[in-house]
Amino acid sequence: MNALQQTKYFAGAITISLVVSIFFLWLVEAPLVDTAKLLVEGAFGTNQRIGDTFMIWVPLLLASASLVVTFSAGLWNIGVEGQIVAGAVAASFVAREVQGSTAVVLTLMVIGGFVGGALWGLLVGVLRVRGGVNEIFGGIGLNFVATGLIVYLVIGPWSRDGVASTGGTEPFGPQAWFPTIDGLRVSPLALIIAFVALVSVMFLLSKTHFGLRLRATGKNSLAANRFGIATSRYLLMAFIIGGGIAGLAGVTQAGAVYHRLVPSISGGYGFLAILIVLLARFRGLWVIPIALFFATIAMASFQWQLRLGLHSALGGVIQGVLVLSIVLVMGYQEGRQHREQSNIRGNTAL
Amino acid sequence: MSLELRAITKRFGSVVANDTISLSVGPGEIHGLLGENGAGKSTLVKILSGFITRDHGEIELDGTKLHLLSPNEAVANGIGILHQEPLVFLPFSVVDNFLIGSPKEYGHAEAYEALSRISEQFGFDLNPDVSASNLSIGERQQLEIARLLWLGARVLILDEPTTAISSTQREKLFATIRDLAGDGMSVIFVSHKLEEVQELCDRVTILREGKIAASVDLPSPVEYLVSKMFGTGVLPQTRRAKVNGSSLLELVNASASEQPGQIIDANLAVTRGQVIGLAGLEGAGQRTLLRAMAGFVPFTEGSFRVQSAEISELDYLDRLGLGFYYLPADRQREGLVNGLSITEHVALSVTDQSKVIDWNVARSEAARRIDKFSIKGTVESTPESLSGGNQQRLLLALMPEAPLLLLMEHPTRGLDIESATWVWSYLLTLSESGTSIIFSSSDLEELTTYSDQIAIFFSGRIIDQVDASEATVEELGLLIGGVRQR
Repeated sequence: MNALQQTKYFAGAITISLVVSIFFLWLVEAPLVDTAKLLVEGAFGTNQRIGDTFMIWVPLLLASASLVVTFSAGLWNIGVEGQIVAGAVAASFVAREVQGSTAVVLTLMVIGGFVGGALWGLLVGVLRVRGGVNEIFGGIGLNFVATGLIVYLVIGPWSRDGVASTGGTEPFGPQAWFPTIDGLRVSPLALIIAFVALVSVMFLLSKTHFGLRLRATGKNSLAANRFGIATSRYLLMAFIIGGGIAGLAGVTQAGAVYHRLVPSISGGYGFLAILIVLLARFRGLWVIPIALFFATIAMASFQWQLRLGLHSALGGVIQGVLVLSIVLVMGYQEGRQHREQSNIRGNTAL
Repeated sequence: MSLELRAITKRFGSVVANDTISLSVGPGEIHGLLGENGAGKSTLVKILSGFITRDHGEIELDGTKLHLLSPNEAVANGIGILHQEPLVFLPFSVVDNFLIGSPKEYGHAEAYEALSRISEQFGFDLNPDVSASNLSIGERQQLEIARLLWLGARVLILDEPTTAISSTQREKLFATIRDLAGDGMSVIFVSHKLEEVQELCDRVTILREGKIAASVDLPSPVEYLVSKMFGTGVLPQTRRAKVNGSSLLELVNASASEQPGQIIDANLAVTRGQVIGLAGLEGAGQRTLLRAMAGFVPFTEGSFRVQSAEISELDYLDRLGLGFYYLPADRQREGLVNGLSITEHVALSVTDQSKVIDWNVARSEAARRIDKFSIKGTVESTPESLSGGNQQRLLLALMPEAPLLLLMEHPTRGLDIESATWVWSYLLTLSESGTSIIFSSSDLEELTTYSDQIAIFFSGRIIDQVDASEATVEELGLLIGGVRQR
């Protein structure tokens, strides 16, 4: 498969998703030109909007980086949402309990959030490796538990004085707020954390023995074991690292976006990141533009609803169509490649 | 009823699973289809059952050509298959299972009636109202046979039906098969168990590496059948001087079992640099012994000592550290990682403890090994793009330079002659530098040519151990077939 052919398939997938998206827009009688204009304007029209788009980009990048690790190990870590929540809970704990300078508190929040997410991920991993529970089911189960935990905290021990509402905890003290640039809601520090995490993941997977062994385990754990790799340990490590990075998304959501703990802290970004990573074919570099595009659509759907009266679900529909077309086309391409390869090999002697 | 296959051919990629297979089964004939794992039996059964379609060839039933593009077509044309695992829906009752797949117009009343009629005819004891999960495997087979007969099967194909049933159930099954044949049905009995084919069948077709190796009336001498099943390669004769190394390992009264396969009370002593061949029918214990020595299957009894140290408690990773190395028969599933390049495999195999990989070093090391092992591929090639011979060379290239003990399943299975010759010349060099090699093979000449000693397996036991230089192919055939012990 050469680059030209691959580009052709990719272009085909984009065309399909465009056509289907336009069909949906036509179905809900949306003005096409305005919808397209608002896609760009809604996300990048003003500095503020750019800031907001980047604010959504951060958790998408972090959750995607997390999933690149677990996917490389051959794992479907649906539990990424719960790991984001666990990171947010741990960071909130630090923000509520630790007194000190901003530098100290934020550092501890980041460490705490990583550890929280890592432990939550490790739970899924232990269930899988020791208990034989598929990580999809373990992950979904623990997502519910995490949601329950956060609601319990928000209306129970961490509730606002005299209020028992699911609206959220008291805001953190100012020392637990991620610094922002005047007038923008995105924190440059959060953006830096996201990029450091993603680049670290790419480095880990492509340049280190650990990453190579992890990838081998993901592709064929039986053969990896024959090479002397303790595959269970590597699976657990993937859950720890992936969970930890997902936990960082929880940290930035709590510390840089909401400045408190709210029940919807994960914002569904974990699930969205699964789509991003599928689209990126598990490659870290591709995650960057695709996550940005998903953030763009998320921002645009606010504007679509506000200015054109379109339903807010439309953004999700377009994201879904895009992923389905790409996965479909890539699946077709792989099937074809496979057939061609067997034909070629069929015609040569053993 | 008569079934006629003409020149059936099916390829999967580079592998010709069925190569111009022709056979005919007359009315009332029980025809054995015999062969080792991978000989092409399953492919032929799948073609006849419509699960896969043949590339070439004709299938004729009672003079009518059949296309068999789907399992439905096979059933509709009267071809009934009894699969290795009977296709029974466990939560359903016996009668519901019986009804599944039958034409719509039949209801429970007809099913009860037909089931009791067929049961009576063949002496089956099937209660229509119990849950199928209460049936033994043998009874599930009876249920399945009854169902196939009701659906109008004219040809019955039994795929390894005796794998999971007791010997009494087997007797019952054989009696049923004989009854069916007595009624004029054509039966194909697929098996790798020589003694069962001998006992039951009128005629046997032996497959080997996708081709027909022989087709003869039974009874026929065991050593002849074994030699056809095993075949004799065209490997060059390179008998070498006897080695007199120091003792390396000792297996005393060792037992182990896995699903499927077992070894009972095995004794084996191996010296440094010695080459031991393991001979036996498929499933006689050779594979289990290799896997138990490698550490995948625990020894339940006995002792396993290496240079006088007891190591039966160590797992595979520990044994790798001792200098053991295991090369599987299924190279793509168990040996190599599809999707990773040769360079990445080389980086995986080095025991370098540094954290970061120097890809330049790995690439040049990969290039060096590609050259040294004459692998037809580049540093970027992935295993799935390599032929079987090159996959085996790659596996050898990834091995530590001089392992203490090399455990190998079928070192040359599926390899062309050039690769096979190359592999053995490399293995013999290794053994001369002190590596002991234990390998299983279903090639009698490979066994007699390259082993120092041959251990012969029958039903999980090592029944004999012979000096390879004194063993003849005929004698090995008799021993492997369990006809006599020396």
